Amino acid sequence: MSKKVVLSLFIVITTALAACGGGPTPTAAPAATQATTGGGPEKGGEITVVYKDDLATLDPAIGYDWTNWPAIKLVFDGLLDYDSGTTIQPRIAAALPEVSADGLTYTFKLRQGVKFSNGRELTADDIVYTMTRVLDPTTGSPGAGFFVGIKGAQEFIDGSATAVEGIKAVDSSTVQFTLTSPDVTFLNKMALNFAFIVPKEEVEKAGENFGHAPVGTGPFILKEWVSGQHLVFDRNPNYFFEGRPFLDKVTIEVGVEPDVALLRLEKGEIQLMGDPPPGADWTRISADPAWTDRIEVEATVNTTYIAINTGMPPFDNVKVRQALNHAIDKQRIVQLLNGRATVANQILPPLMPGYDASYTGYDYNPDKAKSLLAEAGFPNGFETSIECISVDPQPKLCESFQQDLDKVGIKLTINTLAAPNVIDDAGNGKTPLVWSGGLAWTQDYPDPDDFYSPILGCDSNVPGGWNWSRYCNETVHDKSKELLSMTDREARMAAYKDLFKALMDDAVWVPVINGQYTVAHSEKLHGQPTLTHPEHLFSYETMWLSK
Amino acid sequence: MAVTQSESDQVKSPEIVTLAQEGLAPATSEVGYFAVIWRRLRRDGAAMLGAALVALIALVGLLAPLLAPHDPTEQFRDGLTPDGQPMPSTLLTEGSTRYLFGTDSNGRDLLSRILYGAQVSLLVGVLANTLAVALGVMVGSVAGYFGGWLEILLMRFTDIMMAFPTLLLAMALVAILKPSLWIIIVVIGLVYWTWIARVVYGQVLALRDRDFVTASRALGSSRRATLFRHILPQLVPTIIVWGTLGIATNVMLEASLSYLGIGVQPPTPSWGGMIQQGQSYYRTAPWMVIFPGLAIMITVFAFNLLGDGLRDALDPTQRGRA
Amino acid sequence: MWIFLARRLVQTLPVLLGVSVITFLLIYYLPADPARMYAGPSATVETVARIRHELGLDQPLWVQYTTYLARAARGDLGFSYRKQIAVTELILSRMPYTLALTLAGIFVELLIGLPVGIASAVARGKWADRVGMFIALIGISAPPFWLGLLLLYWFGFRLPILPLGGADEATSIVLPALTAGLGGAAWYARMMRSSTLDILSTDYVRTARAKGRSMFGVIVRHVLPNALNPIITMAGMDIPWFIGGVVLVERVFNWPGVGRMAVEAIETVDVPLILGTVIFTAVMVVVSGILIDVVQGLVDPRIRHSRQGQ
Repeated sequence: MSKKVVLSLFIVITTALAACGGGPTPTAAPAATQATTGGGPEKGGEITVVYKDDLATLDPAIGYDWTNWPAIKLVFDGLLDYDSGTTIQPRIAAALPEVSADGLTYTFKLRQGVKFSNGRELTADDIVYTMTRVLDPTTGSPGAGFFVGIKGAQEFIDGSATAVEGIKAVDSSTVQFTLTSPDVTFLNKMALNFAFIVPKEEVEKAGENFGHAPVGTGPFILKEWVSGQHLVFDRNPNYFFEGRPFLDKVTIEVGVEPDVALLRLEKGEIQLMGDPPPGADWTRISADPAWTDRIEVEATVNTTYIAINTGMPPFDNVKVRQALNHAIDKQRIVQLLNGRATVANQILPPLMPGYDASYTGYDYNPDKAKSLLAEAGFPNGFETSIECISVDPQPKLCESFQQDLDKVGIKLTINTLAAPNVIDDAGNGKTPLVWSGGLAWTQDYPDPDDFYSPILGCDSNVPGGWNWSRYCNETVHDKSKELLSMTDREARMAAYKDLFKALMDDAVWVPVINGQYTVAHSEKLHGQPTLTHPEHLFSYETMWLSK
Repeated sequence: MAVTQSESDQVKSPEIVTLAQEGLAPATSEVGYFAVIWRRLRRDGAAMLGAALVALIALVGLLAPLLAPHDPTEQFRDGLTPDGQPMPSTLLTEGSTRYLFGTDSNGRDLLSRILYGAQVSLLVGVLANTLAVALGVMVGSVAGYFGGWLEILLMRFTDIMMAFPTLLLAMALVAILKPSLWIIIVVIGLVYWTWIARVVYGQVLALRDRDFVTASRALGSSRRATLFRHILPQLVPTIIVWGTLGIATNVMLEASLSYLGIGVQPPTPSWGGMIQQGQSYYRTAPWMVIFPGLAIMITVFAFNLLGDGLRDALDPTQRGRA
Repeated sequence: MWIFLARRLVQTLPVLLGVSVITFLLIYYLPADPARMYAGPSATVETVARIRHELGLDQPLWVQYTTYLARAARGDLGFSYRKQIAVTELILSRMPYTLALTLAGIFVELLIGLPVGIASAVARGKWADRVGMFIALIGISAPPFWLGLLLLYWFGFRLPILPLGGADEATSIVLPALTAGLGGAAWYARMMRSSTLDILSTDYVRTARAKGRSMFGVIVRHVLPNALNPIITMAGMDIPWFIGGVVLVERVFNWPGVGRMAVEAIETVDVPLILGTVIFTAVMVVVSGILIDVVQGLVDPRIRHSRQGQ
C-alpha cells in the first residue's frame, strides 16, 4: 500500500481508538464526533485568523474578551475542559474529581507527564500557585469572583491570611479544594480560562509582561508577537493529549477591518474571521451558494443588553431604568442586524435552563417611558452617555438607541472606543450606560448562576469586575447562594425564574437581543463537529484543514 | 495646503502696478479701488464659478432645514431593506423622490444629511479659519513690525508649532480633549494659524521699511498706531485671500477628523463622518460614500477657486505666492 | 559645507526644545489622571501607584520636565501599557512603512504633476492648459480617504488587480501611493507651470528655439534644472504634510505605518503612544527640514553661500 494510504489508515484507526477511549486513562482523548465532510481530520496545515481589535493579553487570569478567550486556550490548559459541547471532561486532571459526601471537598488527581513549554513537568504546586494568583487582588483578575466560594479565599483577599486555606497540594500529583458551602457549578468554574495553569517561575520572570510572553501546557506555543500586527502559534510537539492539535500553525492577525477580512477570505488568503461578517455583505453571502460551506451560525447562549449603572444618578431611580426599558425599539435592532438575532425580554437567553417562556417583560412603549420619567422627576428628560465598541455593527446600533432615547427626551452621547477601553470603563463604573454588543454576555457554563454571580452579584460589584450595573441586592444575593447548593434541579430552576424576575423588576439592564454568533471561514477549514464551541468560542485544537 | 515659493507668472495685467504696492491704503470711500478689484474678478471665469459655488453652498447650509425633505437624524423603518441594508436612490427603485440619494446604514435619508452636513462643514471651516487668521495676523504682524526679542520669540514659536504635523497634532488634541463641535473649531484654528503667521510676517517685514511708515512715525504716531492704521490695512488682501483659501483647508481638516471618528459626534451629520460610516458598505452601498465625498470635493474646490481668483484680482503680481 | 550643516543644526535646537516643551505641557495638563491613563486596562491600584512614582508625577514641574527631556534625548519616549511595548520601539518598527509611502507618494506627485505642469505651460492659454489646471484643482479638493476608497473599489474589488489593503505584497503600495500622490500632484503641476513659463520667456530660450532647438530639448536642458530648486523646496515642505496627512491613506488601506498606529492609539486612548508619536514626528519634520536645506545647498551652491551669511 502507498504511504499515503497507510498514513490515513493510521490516523483513522488511532482516532477511532481514541473515540472509544474517553475514560480515566492518561492518554485518552474525549469522545470526538467526526466531521461530516469527507473522511476524518487531516493533520497539518496552517491557518490565519483575523480580528479588528488588537489582543490585549494572553494571561489566562486576566483575558476575558472575544479576542483573547479562544487564543488563551491555544497556549494553556486547565484541570477540566469541555467536550465538543457542554459536558465536563478531565484535562490536566487524570479524571473527574472525587467529591466528598457533604459536597465541600474536591480532590483532583493529576495526569502524569504534563509539561510546560519550557520543559518543566507540572505538579500540584502549580495548581495551588495558579488559583492563589487568580484570587490575589494585585493580579486584578476579573475571574476572582468565581472562586470566592473556596474556603479561606475571602480572608486571603482581605489580607488577613497569606494563603488560601481551601487550596491544598496533598502530594505532588494530588490537589484538593475545600469550599465554604456546596456549589453545583464549581466544576464549571474550574473549566474556565481563569483556572488555566501557569508556571510560577515564568510568571515571576516576566512580571507584568507575562500576558505577552505566555508559557503554558497547551496544544500550541506562542512563537512570535508583533504588537499591533500578528501573533504566531506553533504546534506543541510534546502536547500530552494524543492526536491534538491537528494544525501546525495558527496565525492571528489584528487590525483588519471586517469588510477587508471578508474579501481576503473569499480570495483564500485567510481561513477564519474572528469578527462576524459585516452586515453590508450579509445579504450577498447568505444567498451565494459558494458560501454555504463557509458560514457557521451558532445560536449562542447569549443576551446582549444595555447595562445601566445603578450607582450613577439619575439611574439610581428604578423608574428611570424602567423608562429606559420601555424606550428601546428592539425590533429595529434585529432589523439592523439583518435578522441575525431575536428580541430578548429577560436576562436569561432562551437556551439557558431557568428561562421563563411566559415572562413578557417591558414592552416598547415610548409614551409609558415618558410618563415614567415624569414620575421620576424628569419631565424634560436629561443628558447622559453610553459606551459602545467601535467594531461594526455596534456603533450603528448605538445610534439607534440614541434616536430611541431622543424620542423620550433623553439626550444620549455615544462614546465609541476600543473593546479594552469599554471593558475598563464599565468595570470601574465610569460610564452611566454600556452597550454590551461585541462584548457580553455569553454563557461561561450552562447554569443560570452564570448570568447572575459574575455580572449582577454582590461579589462582582468590585473595581474591574464585570458587574457593569454596579448592582448589589443583598436579598437576591443571599437567595442565589442558597440556590448554588440546591440539589433538586427542578425546584432550583423554578426558583431562578423568580430570582431573575426580581432583577427585571429592578430594571438593572435593558435586555435587547439574544445574538447569534456568525462565523465566516474557509470551506477547507473544519471543526469537530463545529469550529465554534459554546465555551471556548473557537476550538482551535480540533480544527483541521482539508486539502 | 503647501505654500509655494515659485516665481511669478510673466503675465501682467494692463494696470501696471497694483495700488497695494504703491502703499496707498485702500480707504473705503474710494470707490475706484474696489471697482478695479471687482472688474478683475468678473473677468475671471474660474473665480466667478468659485464665487457662485460658495454662495450656493452657503445658501444650502443656511436653508438646510427648508430644503431637506426629511429630518437628517431620523432613522426610518422603511429606510432599510427588510434584512437591514441601506437602500439606493428611490428614483431608481420605485421612481419616487422620497430618498433621492438613498439611505445610510441606519435608514436615514442621505440627501437630508448631505444638506445639513453643509452646516457643520461651513461652520467649522469659517470659524476655525477666522481664529487661525486672527492669530496668524496678530503673531505675524507683531513679530514683523516690532522686531527685537519679540520677533525672535514669536517666530521661533511659530517654527515650533509648524514642526508638528498638522493633522496629527489636531488628532492628538481632539482625542485628549474629547471631540465636540467647539473643541474641533478651536483645535483646527490653533493648529492652522502658523501658515498665515509666516506669510504675514514676510509681508510686514517688507512693508516695515517703506516711506509711508517712516513718514507716519516722523509725524509722531506711536508704533502701535502705525501698525494699526497703516500696516494692517495693507494686509487686507492677504487676509481676504487666506480667509478664503484657508476655509478650504479647514473644511478638509474637519472632514478628516470626522472620518477618523474624532469629529462632530452622531447624530449630527458630517460629511467626513458619513464616509466613515459608509466605509464598510463601499461595495454594496457605494452611494453612502460617493455623495458625501462629492460634497466635500465641491466645497473645497469652490473655496479654492474663489481664493485663487481673489488672489489674482487683488494682486496679480503675487500669483504663485500664497 | 560642514559649517553650514552645523549652523543649521544649532539653529534648530531651540525648535526641538520648544517641541519637547509643548508636548510635555500636553502630557502635564491632561484632563485626567495621567498615571491611570498610562496604566491602561486591568491595572491594579498598586501598578498605578508605581507608574505614578516612575513617571515622577509627585515631583515639581521642572524636575518632571528635565527627566522627560533626558529620557526623550536618549530615545525613550515612554511605554505603552496598552500594547505592552516601548513607544520608541513601536514607532521605529512602523516608520519604514510610512517613509516608504511618503517617498512613493512624492514620486507619484512628481510623476503626474511635472508633466502636467510642463504641458500646461507649453499649451498656455489653450484649453488644454485650463483643463489641466482645473483637473489639478479637483485633485487637491478631493478628500484623500474618499479617493482611496474609490480606487480601492475599482482596482481592488471590481477589477481585482491590486491587493485590498495591508502591506503583504509588492503591489500593495500602488494604491496607497496613488491616493497619497494624486492630491498633491496639483501643487507640483501649478508650480511647474509657473516655472516653465518663466524659463520659456527668457531670452536665452527664445534664442535657442529660434535656432531650431526642439521644445523637448529646451525642457530637458533648461526647464528641469531650473525647476530643481523649487521642486526640492516643495518636496521639503511636503514631507511634514505627508507625515501628518498620510494618516488618512494608511487608515483606508490598512497600511501598517505610523499613521495607522496613531489612529489605533487614539481609538484606544493610548496616551503615551499618542504623545510619543506627536513628538517623534515633529522631530522628524525638523530633521527633514535640515536635510532638505543640505540637499538644496548641494544642488545650488548659490544658496549655500548666501545662507552662510545668515
